[in-house]
Amino acid sequence: MEWMRKSWWKILTVVLICYTVVGGLLFPVPRLPILNETIRIVHFHPPLWFAMVILFTVSVVYAIKFLSSADLKHDTMSVNFAKVGIWLGILGLLTGMAWAKFTWGEMWSGDPKQNAAAIGLLIYFAYFVLRGSIDDQAQKAKITAVYNIFAFAALIPLLFILPRLTDSLHPGNGGNPGFNAYDLDNNLRMVFYTAVIGWTLLGVWFATLKTRIDLINDKIEDKYMASS
Amino acid sequence: MIKLKINTWLLLSLLWLLPVASKAKELQQSVEMADQFRSDGKIYVVVAIILILVLGLSYYAFRIDRKITNLEKRVDETVK
Repeated sequence: MEWMRKSWWKILTVVLICYTVVGGLLFPVPRLPILNETIRIVHFHPPLWFAMVILFTVSVVYAIKFLSSADLKHDTMSVNFAKVGIWLGILGLLTGMAWAKFTWGEMWSGDPKQNAAAIGLLIYFAYFVLRGSIDDQAQKAKITAVYNIFAFAALIPLLFILPRLTDSLHPGNGGNPGFNAYDLDNNLRMVFYTAVIGWTLLGVWFATLKTRIDLINDKIEDKYMASS
Repeated sequence: MIKLKINTWLLLSLLWLLPVASKAKELQQSVEMADQFRSDGKIYVVVAIILILVLGLSYYAFRIDRKITNLEKRVDETVK
């Protein structure tokens, strides 16, 4: 896992986030009623969710890898990607609530996508409760890896399918595809996808840092157990 | 797709700042936006502050990264 230590993609992360900040605040945006300048939040709020879903995907991939290899390193990766993903999800909820307050009128208006996102996060909180409740390392890893797969399988329809079956305040719901020509023009798109990659890479960076710390602790613990 | 690539290169040379001001004026003025703030030039102060914040936090993250690398080396040397 040498790639974790390589720094070029970390520099890229910083460059992409700086671009997001400058482009997100300065580039021309469509003049839309109600939204006004808050349209710029499109570069900061939805990318958090995109990044969260990507990190949860990595987490579930490592959960499956763990189940097929029984290598605890894969379990450590899986947990840490889920942890950082949850942080991004919480930030996504908070930024969404602030945005909603000034455009939809209420912080929480029971919007289908808002509710579904909250339920999705609760399912992932349960993943950590489950982890905390099992003492045996190998058993903990095995049971929670299976739960991780179920959590991911529940999250995807909650975020991408169920809100689209009904009317939602979120754009792209109620039968329409996500980002069509009316929702996101080319100027926005340029910064938006940069932001998605930037936040995702930042999440990957933090997840690998946490994983590396855990692996150091494991090594020290193994040594300690062997010597005592 | 080509447009995206070109713009990425513009970023690298920092030349992309030039068209920002002129393009903003082309847009219709009917919906209320932060035009005053923009023409005051104070939006650039906001951008500068946020950039300082991001770069400062990034530096911190790089330092933590380096410390973990050193720790990994020490552990590999002592724990065998």
